[in-house]
Amino acid sequence: MQVGIVSYGAYVPHYRITPQEIGRVWGTDGELMSKNLLIFSKSVPSPDEDVITISVEAARAMMKRTKVDPRLIGALYVGSESHPYAVKPTGTIVCEAIRTSPNITVADYEFACKAGTAAIQTCMGLVGSGMVKYGVAIGADTSQGAPGDPLEYSASAGGAAYLIGSEEMIATLNHTFSYTTDTPDFWRREGQPYPSHGGRFTGEPAYFKHVQAAGKGLMNLAKTKPTDYAYAVFHQPNGKFPARVAKMLGFTDKQIEVGLLTPQIGNTYSGAVPLGLAAILDVAKPGERIFVVAYGSGAGADGFDITVTDNISNYDRKAAPSVKELLEKKRMIDYATYAKFRGKIRMQEGEVS
Amino acid sequence: MSTARLWRENPSRYNLAASKCGVCGKVFFPPRNVCSTCHRKSIGKMEQLLLSGEGEVYSYSVVHEAPSQFEMLKPYVLAMVRMDEGVMLTSQLIDVDPKEVDIGMRVKTTLRKVGEDGPAGVIYYGYKFTPNP
Ligand SMILES: [Zn+2]
Repeated sequence: MQVGIVSYGAYVPHYRITPQEIGRVWGTDGELMSKNLLIFSKSVPSPDEDVITISVEAARAMMKRTKVDPRLIGALYVGSESHPYAVKPTGTIVCEAIRTSPNITVADYEFACKAGTAAIQTCMGLVGSGMVKYGVAIGADTSQGAPGDPLEYSASAGGAAYLIGSEEMIATLNHTFSYTTDTPDFWRREGQPYPSHGGRFTGEPAYFKHVQAAGKGLMNLAKTKPTDYAYAVFHQPNGKFPARVAKMLGFTDKQIEVGLLTPQIGNTYSGAVPLGLAAILDVAKPGERIFVVAYGSGAGADGFDITVTDNISNYDRKAAPSVKELLEKKRMIDYATYAKFRGKIRMQEGEVS
Repeated sequence: MSTARLWRENPSRYNLAASKCGVCGKVFFPPRNVCSTCHRKSIGKMEQLLLSGEGEVYSYSVVHEAPSQFEMLKPYVLAMVRMDEGVMLTSQLIDVDPKEVDIGMRVKTTLRKVGEDGPAGVIYYGYKFTPNP
């Protein structure tokens, strides 16, 4: 059975901070950091936002664009490394908020920055086998770097939701290909507030090796070459890695331009590739092909070969904000406000009244 | 407020579940089993209704002295909103500079964290208002 994307929705918090402002506080050269990472600002969630509220926003936007009855959704997975609860799935609250039926299988996923694409693959299998009619896959994060750590310049927040089905697809998921090894480039132990990373180890043996392996494997499987694709989107921990890996695989800057959001909103982790793909679906035309490779530390990469269908012409994209509109709706904040928002200042805890 | 009570109110907190009197058409939020006008005549005639989430600011105040759990958000705007269905809801108006708020301003609901029972307790989610361009 041909499986594909029936609908999608995106969400990015409104607040932004610049690397220059972070650098000013820590006495580092924010200007240079911005240039090295190719990040001009990053999104910051408000104190009342978390992966649950971001997932709900994205899932509601997804449902606004389609007439699919939420009670026909048989599976929902949320991929994130910043689920608000260690035990109690984010997905349970998302289901209630989009009014699915209780007859649904739900789980939270975790695989660093590629948990959202792992959720898409699961839904492909469930829909393709006929086990469920529709599945929802969400990738969302509100990641944090320790104060003063280089990660603080990039770790940001956002997410996107995908409705996977086999009818009235706006884009078909033709092939998927993954590549996974045991590579300790980035991790966070249970109970630790901030992640640790292997410094220089994060580049060549981790990101570049896995994204290239999945990308090449995907093109072998799909019997395609880079010129077959109108767009490509790669995981984007900064603005530079995706451009470099695109070149290694034979893609051009033009192909990755639309899906490259990190320079404006930072690294949204599990939200990154789902948001980049949403930005492409916002503008894609029937027949156009999209090449996708997500990467998650630890480490693995998931590739997708996607073709936009004629249905996108009748699809109600305007029923929810485009990624471009979400990026434009922003409010700059200073480091003091940022520290307050992100709980970097400890306060006495209150009770709900 | 107890976890059980907040949990029972989830349909209203998440999706603005209201009730409408089948006799006179009056809308209630939170939902009621009996209409305040029609009393006994409305028994068995109350229908469930989901509010659209859109409305306009009826009145508002800027809160500078917040309860401890809203400490990180202050100053914030607390707004009374007349929903398009006619009922009045009160909640925080977010993603807005207090100086930009006006009576009659169009707003819509969004789901946000509304509180938690300390760092180890349950997190509560509910509706807040954002500007509706
Ligand atoms: Zn009545």
